[in-house]
Amino acid sequence: MRIKMSMIVQTTSKLGEEDRRAWLKARLGIDRMGHRVEPGLYSLGKPLSDSPVFVTANYKLSFNALRSQLGDMDCYILVLNTEGINVWCAAGKGTFGTEELVRGIESTSLKDIVNHRTLILPQLGAPGVAAPEVRKRTGFKVEWGPIRACDIPEYMRTRKATDEMRRVRFDLNDRMEVIPVEIKNIFAPLTVALVALFLLGMQGTGFMILTIVLAGVVVFPILLPFLPTHDLASKGFVLGVFASIPFMGRAYFASVNEAPWVALVSIILPALMISPWVAFLALNFTGSTTFTSRTGVRREIFRYIPVMAVTFILGIGLDVGFAVAKWYGVI
Amino acid sequence: MMVSQASCQAQAYEAVESSANTLRFSPSLCINCGACLDVCPHGVFALGNGRVQIVRHEACMECGACELNCPAGAITVNSGVGCASAMIYAALMGRKEVSCGGDEPACCE
Repeated sequence: MRIKMSMIVQTTSKLGEEDRRAWLKARLGIDRMGHRVEPGLYSLGKPLSDSPVFVTANYKLSFNALRSQLGDMDCYILVLNTEGINVWCAAGKGTFGTEELVRGIESTSLKDIVNHRTLILPQLGAPGVAAPEVRKRTGFKVEWGPIRACDIPEYMRTRKATDEMRRVRFDLNDRMEVIPVEIKNIFAPLTVALVALFLLGMQGTGFMILTIVLAGVVVFPILLPFLPTHDLASKGFVLGVFASIPFMGRAYFASVNEAPWVALVSIILPALMISPWVAFLALNFTGSTTFTSRTGVRREIFRYIPVMAVTFILGIGLDVGFAVAKWYGVI
Repeated sequence: MMVSQASCQAQAYEAVESSANTLRFSPSLCINCGACLDVCPHGVFALGNGRVQIVRHEACMECGACELNCPAGAITVNSGVGCASAMIYAALMGRKEVSCGGDEPACCE
């Protein structure tokens, strides 16, 4: 059978200026769903019928991460249509899945292009792809490559993934990469709220909200592995208490002439109001990690959301109560 | 002696479960192919003596890769997305839980 060469698009392992811009835009959350490459078969170098075939998603950053690690290798890249979603998330919802892989193999006539029957897939595609079924339906054996594209050169030398290559990590760089998108998502409402609070003369509340957001969205991802306790929500509570310290200090100096119990309550008030919100933002960070199970997150929601609610209501209640009592000169 | 041997055998054929998550492994069905070791991103499984064994049960994040790729049907796990904002959003809206980039995305637009 003749190979329809026009169907195979030539690509390179070199990333250009446009790719770097795409990376920056994706990380800033600009045109979130627009980072796509055309699904189909690509060739890198001058592949022959015995050259390896890699499979990836049609999210531009996934495709680029893969090809940038292939150097001067001659190979094919089969890009599945995952609607611009990365391998892991697409596998979770099934679009990087058995059906799409079978369709991709058939629509590109891969069987006529290569003489072997092995596909190298990223390990994080496994929640969507049933390798035994792919083999049954297409004759192709799925070989699970490493999780990270940067391990591909080493993997291709040994054709064996070490335990280290098979484990997800969540290094500082990974954790920091999610921060700009989170900031972009809350930037507009936060700015409006802060301006409004300052105009109303409620600077204290404004600073509190700013502290909550900075602690929950910026500091929390950075300090994640260093915060004590296991659950994300409880880690958030701990961080929230630390973030409250400046406000507690201010309350301490403001209440030196008060009755001891009034001073004590005034000092812990900021922590009661700040820490539950930091804990809430921390709990919402679960979706950015590759560590939390649905069972675990459900348990965290049921265990900590009531604690957050009670803590905050107690804090705001005491705050308002104290203000009223002071107004009437009761305390 | 007889009793302990019998209970030991019963243990070997019982499914391995944990309260930490929904991962359930039936050693009696395992054919020791090691597919689960290749796909698990958290090193939950290790090769054992003729059968795979679970070494980090609590580390499972319920991605479902092992169940999908086990040719012997020895593993079950109730897989889903461990994302609090998606779950809270779904609960508040009375909708089915969504995942990243779905038709009604919780956080991905």
